[in-house]
Amino acid sequence: MSRKLLITCEEATAICNKNQYGDASVWDKIRLGLHSLGCVHCKTYSSQNNILTKLMGNHTNSCSNSGHLTDDDKTELGKNLDGKLKK
Amino acid sequence: MSNSKKHTLDPNKWIDLYADYLFNYAIIRVDDHDLAKDLVQETFFSGLKGMANFRGQASERTWLISILKRKIIDHYRKINSIKGKKEVRVNFYADGDNKGSWMEERVPESWGNNAEKNIENEELKSALDYCIENLPEKYRIVFLLKTVQSYETEEICNELDITASNLWVIIHRARQQLRRCLEDNWFKK
Repeated sequence: MSRKLLITCEEATAICNKNQYGDASVWDKIRLGLHSLGCVHCKTYSSQNNILTKLMGNHTNSCSNSGHLTDDDKTELGKNLDGKLKK
Repeated sequence: MSNSKKHTLDPNKWIDLYADYLFNYAIIRVDDHDLAKDLVQETFFSGLKGMANFRGQASERTWLISILKRKIIDHYRKINSIKGKKEVRVNFYADGDNKGSWMEERVPESWGNNAEKNIENEELKSALDYCIENLPEKYRIVFLLKTVQSYETEEICNELDITASNLWVIIHRARQQLRRCLEDNWFKK
């Protein structure tokens, strides 16, 4: 990890993304904070990224049933497996 | 360990005992019903073929999962080689004095002061679903594993055979793309 205090917008957004998962170091957060003081775009990006994270938090509850094997699926799997077993 | 139980295989019971378990394992990693089903099927076929190699040290289920994991990685390798190589640094200047700065036409636009209040809005949720569906498959899988399933970085890297810096680049791009997609399909409307 680089030691420099001043970072580019690209680096700032990368740190901001890590921060959404609690994976940014204290040093990263200091650099991000400092960068955002002088950069309106990255400040906007950060706040929108936070909103996205909150949205995804709600999303978790709604998409946990992303599909189950139906009885038809299982019959099909069973038939194909039987076919191989008999060979 | 000398008198530990020796495990055996009984393919006739695989569907009843493990189909759901394997499917659930696969679906959160590939996010596609038919693909997950195919992977389970292939796992059973490979299991059948490889029965002679089963030494009875692990349980039947653990053994099948290890086959499935391999299948998922193989699938992932396949999509890895096809897509995602060209769209590097779409939002930032790549060189010159502006290196690493936002490109003018790519800067995030304000979502208005009330953006945060919309979080519970159902239409916004569908907009988000639409945007997630439109992510390239690789980005979608990694992003969902990390964000929705809350997997540790290391876990995802091991399972999908990528490095940590790969993972962060993917998350970075997925988030940029989602942010932009929400802006175009929701906040700017």
